[in-house]
Amino acid sequence: MKLHEYQSKQIFSRYGIPIPKGRVAATASEAKTIAEELGGRVVVKSQVLVGGRGKAGGIRLAKNAAEAETLATQILSMEIKGLPVRKVLIDEAAAIQQEIYLGITNDRAARKPVIMVSAAGGVEIEEVAKTNPEKIIKVHIDPLLGVKDYQTRDIAVSIDLPREYWKPFSDIVRGLWQAYSDSDATLAEINPLVITEDKRMVALDGKMLIDDNALMRHPNLAEMRDTDEDAPAEVEARKYGLTFIKLDGNIGCMVNGAGLAMATMDMTKLFGGEPANFLDIGGGAGADKVAAAMRIILSDPNVRAILFNIFGGITRCDEVARGILAAIREVQPKVPMVVRLVGTNAEEGRQLLANANMITADTLAEAAEKAVAAAKGM
Amino acid sequence: MSILVNKDTRLLVQGITGSEGLFHTQQMLAYGTNIVGGVTPGKGGEWVEKKIPVFDSVKRAAEMTEANASIIFVPARFAGDAMFEAADAGIPLIICITEGVPVQDMMRVRNYLDQKRVRLIGPNCPGLLTPGEAKVGIIPGYIAIPGNVGIVSRSGTLTYEVLYALKNMGMGASTCVGIGGDPVNGTNFIDCLEMFEADPRTEKVVLIGEIGGSDEEKAAQYIATRMSKPVAGFIAGQSAPPGKRMGHAGAIIEGGAGTAEGKVAALKNAGVRMARHPEEIPSLLK
Repeated sequence: MKLHEYQSKQIFSRYGIPIPKGRVAATASEAKTIAEELGGRVVVKSQVLVGGRGKAGGIRLAKNAAEAETLATQILSMEIKGLPVRKVLIDEAAAIQQEIYLGITNDRAARKPVIMVSAAGGVEIEEVAKTNPEKIIKVHIDPLLGVKDYQTRDIAVSIDLPREYWKPFSDIVRGLWQAYSDSDATLAEINPLVITEDKRMVALDGKMLIDDNALMRHPNLAEMRDTDEDAPAEVEARKYGLTFIKLDGNIGCMVNGAGLAMATMDMTKLFGGEPANFLDIGGGAGADKVAAAMRIILSDPNVRAILFNIFGGITRCDEVARGILAAIREVQPKVPMVVRLVGTNAEEGRQLLANANMITADTLAEAAEKAVAAAKGM
Repeated sequence: MSILVNKDTRLLVQGITGSEGLFHTQQMLAYGTNIVGGVTPGKGGEWVEKKIPVFDSVKRAAEMTEANASIIFVPARFAGDAMFEAADAGIPLIICITEGVPVQDMMRVRNYLDQKRVRLIGPNCPGLLTPGEAKVGIIPGYIAIPGNVGIVSRSGTLTYEVLYALKNMGMGASTCVGIGGDPVNGTNFIDCLEMFEADPRTEKVVLIGEIGGSDEEKAAQYIATRMSKPVAGFIAGQSAPPGKRMGHAGAIIEGGAGTAEGKVAALKNAGVRMARHPEEIPSLLK
């Protein structure tokens, strides 16, 4: 789950990381009020969950409150990469002397968190990684020990940070680690971390990604979820505990198991079709889940056929068949449906579906081939 | 022979009185797996299926039963603790079926278990099956027969497809290992390939990967330089869009890395016979 900049910075602030004075506004007049309170120059920053806000014109400097109001009006009417801007953050402007990149993320291959720092901050770190990888310092953290003081010094030395900033930098790194660790983040990033002309270190921007699997123990973070960037069908699916991802094709797929769901999508493609979605109904899917899944698949007007591929292991095929029947009664789909049931109680399942006017298949290849043909109206 | 589990496996079930744990205990017993005890804190002294003693802690269970493996069915928020508990009780092989364990928990668990030299399979996996000897997990027993094919996979039901396709062609498995779909897990492809290479009963190997991470690429390197036995493979997610988590927490193409194309190419270069779809695998092993 992605957090907005203002949410991330609020969390950082709780861990002693200095952030600019500022607040979030949903209207231009609120923006003006905040800018008046702050006085002087402010930055008006769109709060959307995509990168490249600055390039898109979603981050602007205002000389005074009146200008902040004008810019907020403009930015609040923008869409950035297809996402509407609903909020702007009004921050006091900083006089910047140096920009640093500081981030903590999971290094999957090393099975450890890694701190990444670059003296070339302010630009996207992915760009630096491509063009000047030697400018990124990486320090792995033992997840059982946490960040050690010497590690923060090592980093400060390797980016040639002047000695007077070692202490505040060390506090910021350890604060960021604590925020990352306590929030079950998969990324906690300050870009840029700036040294101001009046010699302060401030986190001008902030970004956090939270591990979806950990939200069960962070209800306060789960509440911060902004579903704007998700397709409505994906939001709906989440309610039923289904994993659904919308794709561009026309063959709806309903499968148990993530790996098999991917393989089923791949097979529709192999036989000349295009999958409309990824959908894992999981183990033990009852009628309500299957019906919800069918509704979600059919909410996509592109869908011309549905392919059910169920390998009954723990999931019993007769149970899924009952779910399909109930779903058909409720949803009354008009598109052809191809069903393949294999494994536990497959025979019972097939008998249940015998009168449901479905196309049946024995193998995965046959099922995919028939679904592709059905979607083409053949 | 086989790898990891066999007739001599003495298994504990952590979370044995929960609905998942109980159901799969019954299934494993029916298969003939030697379950020596279960653990549910607060239910010590009870019995499951009238013959499996339940203990309050893994430590106590291990002392009383001389268990040499433990399978975990506890909910995600307690799974990390359950893995630490098993490791501290001296269990050398832990299998965690639980899906949805937070990744920071897994980084702590994995780093701790490595120090203790404890082997972990999973989490978010279907477990292990050595057909005819032991089912330690949730792979349906009847879809596989004993044989000489070693199988290692990041997936669950996709693996069942392959086992079932093999069985339909009269081919059996030495051991099937589901290593799980999480980004940080206990045992990876190379660990299993090493064990299969050393196992006299295994003559051929099937590797089933998916998008995300670089474990398949590393496996390809290992196969090219260290393996003598033939390997067939399949990678799921060729039609998956970048940046989206495809059900498994680890199945995501990030920053252009972890694509199916890259993995297929690496494995092909290593001499692995790559299937276009899972049902093709048996014919590639002939």
